[in-house]
Amino acid sequence: MLASLAFWAFSGVAILSALMVVIARNPVRSVLFLILAFISAAGLFVLLGAEFLAMLLIVVYVGAVAVLFLFVVMMLDVDFAELKQGFLSYLPLGGLIAIVLAIELAMIGMSWQSAPQAEALRAAAMPEGMTNVEALGTVIYDQYVYFFQIAGLVLLVAMIGAIVLTLRHKEGVKRQSVTAQVGRDRKTAVEMLDIKPGQGIGE
Amino acid sequence: MTADMLSQDLTLLIPEILLACGAMALLMLGVFLKGEGANRLVQWLTVGLLAVAGLAALFAMTGEGTAFSGGFIFDSLARFSKVAIGIVAAIAMLLAMPYLQAEKLGKMEYPILVALAAAGMMMMVSANDLISMYMAIELQSLALYVLAAFNRDSLRASEAGLKYFVLGALSSGLLLYGASLVYGFAGATGFNEIAIAVESGPTVGLIFGLVFVICGLAFKVSAAPFHMWTPDVYEGAPTPVTAFFATAPKFAAMILLARVLVEPFGGMVEQWRDVIWILAVLSMGIGAFGALTQTNIKRLMAYSSIANMGYALVAVAAASQTGMWALLVYMVLYMISVIGSFGAILSMRTREGMVEQISDLAGVAQRNPGLGWSITALMFSIGGLPFMVGFFGKFFLIYAAVESGLLILAVLAVLFSVVGAAYYLRVVKTVWFDEGEVEFVPAALSIYWVTRLAGLATVALLPVVGWVVYRAVSVGLTVL
Repeated sequence: MLASLAFWAFSGVAILSALMVVIARNPVRSVLFLILAFISAAGLFVLLGAEFLAMLLIVVYVGAVAVLFLFVVMMLDVDFAELKQGFLSYLPLGGLIAIVLAIELAMIGMSWQSAPQAEALRAAAMPEGMTNVEALGTVIYDQYVYFFQIAGLVLLVAMIGAIVLTLRHKEGVKRQSVTAQVGRDRKTAVEMLDIKPGQGIGE
Repeated sequence: MTADMLSQDLTLLIPEILLACGAMALLMLGVFLKGEGANRLVQWLTVGLLAVAGLAALFAMTGEGTAFSGGFIFDSLARFSKVAIGIVAAIAMLLAMPYLQAEKLGKMEYPILVALAAAGMMMMVSANDLISMYMAIELQSLALYVLAAFNRDSLRASEAGLKYFVLGALSSGLLLYGASLVYGFAGATGFNEIAIAVESGPTVGLIFGLVFVICGLAFKVSAAPFHMWTPDVYEGAPTPVTAFFATAPKFAAMILLARVLVEPFGGMVEQWRDVIWILAVLSMGIGAFGALTQTNIKRLMAYSSIANMGYALVAVAAASQTGMWALLVYMVLYMISVIGSFGAILSMRTREGMVEQISDLAGVAQRNPGLGWSITALMFSIGGLPFMVGFFGKFFLIYAAVESGLLILAVLAVLFSVVGAAYYLRVVKTVWFDEGEVEFVPAALSIYWVTRLAGLATVALLPVVGWVVYRAVSVGLTVL
């Protein structure tokens, strides 16, 4: 009873806030609603018994991705009102495409039949006597280790790509050199001068 | 997974491990030894690394089988493809070196990205699971997006990179959507398991998913109507990058497409044959007619590659053992001709810089007979004129189509090939009979030799075609 109440609450909030992401006028509000949608989805994960994924969603998506979005939206001076102009003039064509897509999706939905293995897979989702993290670990680092390693290579390529395309070495930039700083001693760093009253140290 | 199982699995991945670890080691080398000399060293070592990885697939491994709970497969098709990918990528890297030096683009990341892209391609041809298929495609394409925009100070190259990236992301989305539908309806991501689910009868959901997967893969091989990006990206990207794009990635994506259609979805031939039929006809048509009005030789090669992917799809549509080996033979012969043609395009350097118009080739044969003969042979071969190797490539795949009863497709392939011959002959006519005084500077050694050898190969390989066919036939048998 309580669980189904929680399910309806979380999924309702998730759908409403997802709708608000699209229709909110102020982009900052859109991002805030996006965060609400993420949190509701995390709640749904908890109800499914996937606590680890729920925490991951909060940490990664809310903590990192959404905050980054928020920064981007605040930093870039994008006039979203102007971007949304012409929305009405595209509505007939866009609406038509949306209707066609909806019909197609409904066709898939009607022809839906579960695969024979699906039931067994669902039953084996969570091995007995294991925590979430253990179960995920045995899958990712054992059965799916190959995919995991390719994902690592993809990230390496992304990193190299970002550096190649954006890094520019500027000449004549003064950088902090820790070794030079620490390596200074009294002899090189301090110079004793005897200055007479009323004179500067200039020549 | 026990230690022996792991080591057994790892031995099947020797070429990929060599490439990935080698690329990382060279990255470290390039970062710590700065300077022009270090860049040259990394470039040469990458050429060696690619060739060694290709040869490792040929010689080092005798075992065949699947690894990592069915995510990776090493069979004769994968072996054949990996050898081809390794060698072609090495040649493309050789072609790139003088260009990079002349255009001051010789950063050490270029060869590293080529090596990582080649690793992605080798994983693509060995994919045996929807997840490994997608991950390998992403590894490959991400490296290629960066290479397309490598000349970051050029507006055109940046545009090419961005366009390729945005459309590539869209196609990945289509592919993933299709893969998720296939997973939902088949209940598994592994190709072997999907094949079992398909055998019990195709459902609407599976067909839907497969169509989306085909759309995603058709983008990667630039088959019409998913070809829009090709001319702009080919023209905008630096020429050696275009040479690379037109060869190894196309080959890998085509092999992956054939594997996906034949292995997991072999039971749905009747359903997917029509889709491939339409893709093939559109690609051949758009490639043939689109190229007729081009004046830029890189755009011409882009339309030529669209048309050639159409011909390769004819072999896929045949869906038979003959079709499979015809595809392999065709793709190998195509890559030889294309890499040679790009060698010729890279030789088009005047004192002021690179030129790319077809009219700049006017009368080259009088001033530089070697280049003129090479271009002639290469164009004849890509055009499929009789008694060049390219002719046999087309001959076999049309034979395969006829054998599978696809008569209309075979007739259309011949007709479009006649239209296509017109623009290849136009290039040859410009080279021999037009008046022109664009003087090229002597090409660098590697470009010179790749162009001459590839030109020679289009004729001299004729006795060897039998051997390639023999190798390919033995591959085809084990796939189907």
